[in-house]
Amino acid sequence: MTGRRALFAVGVAVLCAWTLVPIYLIAAGAVGGQAMANAWPKPLLPPSFSLHTITDFFAIAGVWASALASVEVALLCVLFSLLLGLPAGYALARFAFPGATAYRLAILVTRAFPVAILALPLTVGFIRLGLYDTPLGVSLIHTVLALPFAVLVSSSLFAAIPHELEEAAWVFGCSGLRAFLRVVLPLALPGIAAVAIFAFVISWNEVFAASVLTVRHKTLTAYLLSVLSESPLHVQFAGGFVLIVPSVLFIFLVRRHLFAMWGIASR
Amino acid sequence: MRRLTPYLLIAPSLIFLGVLFFVPLVETVALAFQGGADNFARMRDDLNFNDAVTDTFAIIVIVVLLQLLLALVMALMLRHVQVGRGLVLWIWSIPLGVSDLAAGLVWLAILTDRGYLNTVLAKLGVISGPASWLTYETPATLLAAIVVAELWRATAIVLVILVAGLELIPKEFGEAADVFGATPWQRFRRVTLPLLKPSIQTALILRTVLAFEMFAVVLSLGGRNFPVLMSEAFNWQYAQQDYGVAAAYAVVVMAVSLAATAFYLVLLRSPAR
Amino acid sequence: MAEIVIDGVTKSFGPVAALERIDLRVADGEFLALLGPSGCGKTTLLRIIAGLETQTAGRVLIGGRDVSALPPRKRGLAMVFQNYAVFPHLRVRDNVGFGLRMAGADKARIASRVAGAAALLHIEPYLDRYPAQLSGGQRQRVAVARALAVEPSVLLMDEPLSNLDALLRLEMRAELKSVLRQAGTTTVYVTHDQTEAMGLADRIAVLRAGRIEQIGAPADIYARPASVFVGGFVGSPPMNFLPVPIAEGAADLHGLHLPAPKTSGHALLGVRAEDLDVAEAGLPFAVQVAEPMGSHLLLTGTCDAQRLRLVVAADRCVVVGDLLHVRPRRWTWMDPETGAAL
Repeated sequence: MTGRRALFAVGVAVLCAWTLVPIYLIAAGAVGGQAMANAWPKPLLPPSFSLHTITDFFAIAGVWASALASVEVALLCVLFSLLLGLPAGYALARFAFPGATAYRLAILVTRAFPVAILALPLTVGFIRLGLYDTPLGVSLIHTVLALPFAVLVSSSLFAAIPHELEEAAWVFGCSGLRAFLRVVLPLALPGIAAVAIFAFVISWNEVFAASVLTVRHKTLTAYLLSVLSESPLHVQFAGGFVLIVPSVLFIFLVRRHLFAMWGIASR
Repeated sequence: MRRLTPYLLIAPSLIFLGVLFFVPLVETVALAFQGGADNFARMRDDLNFNDAVTDTFAIIVIVVLLQLLLALVMALMLRHVQVGRGLVLWIWSIPLGVSDLAAGLVWLAILTDRGYLNTVLAKLGVISGPASWLTYETPATLLAAIVVAELWRATAIVLVILVAGLELIPKEFGEAADVFGATPWQRFRRVTLPLLKPSIQTALILRTVLAFEMFAVVLSLGGRNFPVLMSEAFNWQYAQQDYGVAAAYAVVVMAVSLAATAFYLVLLRSPAR
Repeated sequence: MAEIVIDGVTKSFGPVAALERIDLRVADGEFLALLGPSGCGKTTLLRIIAGLETQTAGRVLIGGRDVSALPPRKRGLAMVFQNYAVFPHLRVRDNVGFGLRMAGADKARIASRVAGAAALLHIEPYLDRYPAQLSGGQRQRVAVARALAVEPSVLLMDEPLSNLDALLRLEMRAELKSVLRQAGTTTVYVTHDQTEAMGLADRIAVLRAGRIEQIGAPADIYARPASVFVGGFVGSPPMNFLPVPIAEGAADLHGLHLPAPKTSGHALLGVRAEDLDVAEAGLPFAVQVAEPMGSHLLLTGTCDAQRLRLVVAADRCVVVGDLLHVRPRRWTWMDPETGAAL
C-alpha cells in the first residue's frame, strides 16, 4: 500500500473508531456496574462482566415502567404515522390533484420548525382533554414529528409500484381498496417497515416533548432527564446504554433504506 | 378514480397537523404576546437570558460549521472507499439512531471527573488526578464538551444527506474535468461543490433547525451551568409554571429558526437552470 | 361471449380530443384489431372499453348491457397489458388464478381452470415460480393465461407482443391465434404493427387522430384502402401514390390507359409495390436503391420525379441506374385533396 492509501485507510479507521468507541465505553460502563462507574482510573475493560447493573437499573422504581411507557408511546406513534401517512402518501403518488404541491409544502414546512416546542401550548389543551401525562398524548406529538416523513417516503414508495399492476387488479376483480391491500401494500411492505422503524426510533429518542407532557407516567427519556442531577453515575450509564441499544439495532435493520429515506424526506 | 378520493385520503393527516401543529403554533405566538410585550420583557430581564442566547448561538455556529466540514470530508472519503463501503457507511450512520439524551450520557461517561478521558490523560501524565471539565468554573471546556458531543451525535445527519447528494452527481462531470486537466482540488471546487449546493443547503437548514432545538445534550453534560434557549423554555414551562415566558422563548426559537432557514435559502440559492 | 357496441364515444383530455365520436360494433366471438400510429387513440379506446378511463361522451355496451358507468371488475372482461402486469409477489399459479380467487370461486374450480390455462399456454413447468424468475416471453404467457383462466366474455389486449424480440413475437403471434380461436372469445387487440393486425384479426379498425378511417377484413383493407393514410400504413412497403391528370374518365400516361372514376382533374393513383409488373412499355422507373430481401428484391426509385417502390423476383438482375418500365396490375384511386378513396 502506498503512503497515501495507508493514510487514507487510517483516516477511515479513525473515524470509525470515533463513532464506535464511545458506544463501547458506555456499554462497558453500564455493564461494569457501580464499581466501574466510580472507579479511578477507569479500566478499559469492565472488571466483572455482569448484567447486574442493567437488572438493578430496571429494578429502580419507575425505570421499568418508563421503559414500557416509551415502548407504548413509540408503538402508538408508529400506528398513527402509518394510519395517517400511508393514505396521504398514496394520494400524492397516484393522483395529480390541484393542491398536491401545496400539501407537500405544508408537510415540509413542519420540519422547518422546532416541532417539539409545540408541546408547550398543547399542555393546556391536553390537561383539559385528559391527555396530559398519558402515553397517548405524547404519542400524538411524536406523530407530528414522524408524519411528514411517513407521508413523503410512502409517497415515493407507492410511486415506484407500476400503476399497471393496480389496473390489472381492478380488471381481475378488485375494488380500489382491495387492490391496494392485495397488490400495492405487499409490494411496498419492506419500505413501509423501514418507515415504521424510523418512526419508532424518532419517538423512542425524543426528549423535550416527552418531558414537558408527562409527570408520573414518564417515558424513559423523560425519566432519565428528570433524575439526571440526582441519580448516581452508574444509573446514568445504564440508562444511556438502554436508550442506545434499540436505536442502534434499528438503524442496522433499516440500513439499506437509509438513503432512500433521507434523500427523499430532505428534499 | 372519483375526483374526491385524493382529498379524502389526505384529509386525516391535514386535520391532524392542523390541530396538533398549526393551531398550537398560533396559540404559542398568541400566548407569548398575551398582555403586550410583558412576557418578552420578563424573558429578557431574566438572569439566564443573555447567557442562553450567546450560548445557543455559539454552539450553533461552531457545531454547524464543523459538522459541515467533517461531513463533507467523510462523504468525499466514502467515495474512495472500495472495500466495505457499506459497512463503513453503516458505522458512520449509527449516531442517527442515538437520542440526544443518550449522546449526552455517553459523553458524560467519557468526560466526567472520573471518566475515561481523564483516565487516559492521567496515564499519559498530563494530569495528576481526576479533573473537572464540566463545571461552572470551566465554561470553555464545557462548551468544547458540548460541541464534541453534538459533533459525535449529529454529523451523521449531514453526512447522509451529502452522500445522497454526491450519488446524484453524474460521474461524467468529474471525468470531464479530469480530461481537461483539473487537479483534484480544482475538480472539487469547480465541479463537485457547486453541484452539491442543493444538498448542502438542505443539510444546513435541517441541521440548524435541529440545533436550535438542542436540549438534552446540554442538560446532561452541563446541567444548569450552560443555559440554552430550549432548556430555559423548558424550565419556565415545567419548573416555574410560567407558560407565558416559556411561550416567549418558543417564539424566539421559532423566529431564529425561520431566519436561519431564510438565510440559507438566500445564501445558497441555485441559479435557475 | 358477448358483442361489444361502442356508441358515439368521445374522449377529451382538456382541450385535446383523443377520440371523436367513435361508433363501432364487435360481433360475438370476433377478433377486432385496433390499428394505428402512436397517439391515434387506440389505447385510449381500449381502456375506455375496459373501464380504466371514462369517456367524455357516449356509451359502451357489452353483451347488450350498458357498462358505461361500471368499474372494470363488473364488466366481465379480462385484459392483457403491454408490460404484462404480472404480480411480482405471487407465484405464477396464484397469478393465473387471481381473477378466480377474487370472484370467490372454490378451490377445486380454481385449480382446474388454472391447470387448463397453463396447459394452453405451455407454462405448466413454471407454476410454482415467481415472475422474477421468468423471461419476458414466459411472463407474457402468464399474463395471457391469467386472462383466459377467468373465461371472460370479452378479452382486451394492449400491444401484448410489442416488448418481445422479433422471433419470439412471430412465434407468440401464431400461438396466440390458435389459442384464441379455440377459446372463441370476443377479442379487441391494440397494435401499431400492421403485420400483427393482418395476421391475427378477423377485422381491422384503422385509427388516426381519434377517428376510425376504415374498418374491414384484412384483405379488404389491404386491397381497397379507404384513404391515402390507410394505404400507406397497411402493407409493407407502403402503397405508392402517383399524382396523375385525368381527362374524360381516364388517365392516359406513358401509353397506359387506366379508367378513372373522376371525369377530369387530378387524382392519386394508388398501386402496391407487388402489383407493378415489369414490361416492355409503361411507367418509366429509374432505379436508385436495390435491396435484396431474400424472398424478393425491393427497388426504390423515381417515376416522373415521384418516389416509387417496386417488388420484383429475387433473382432478377437489377442495378442502380437501370431504367425499367412497369404496368400496374391492380390499382385504386384517391382524391388528392381529401386523401379519400374515389
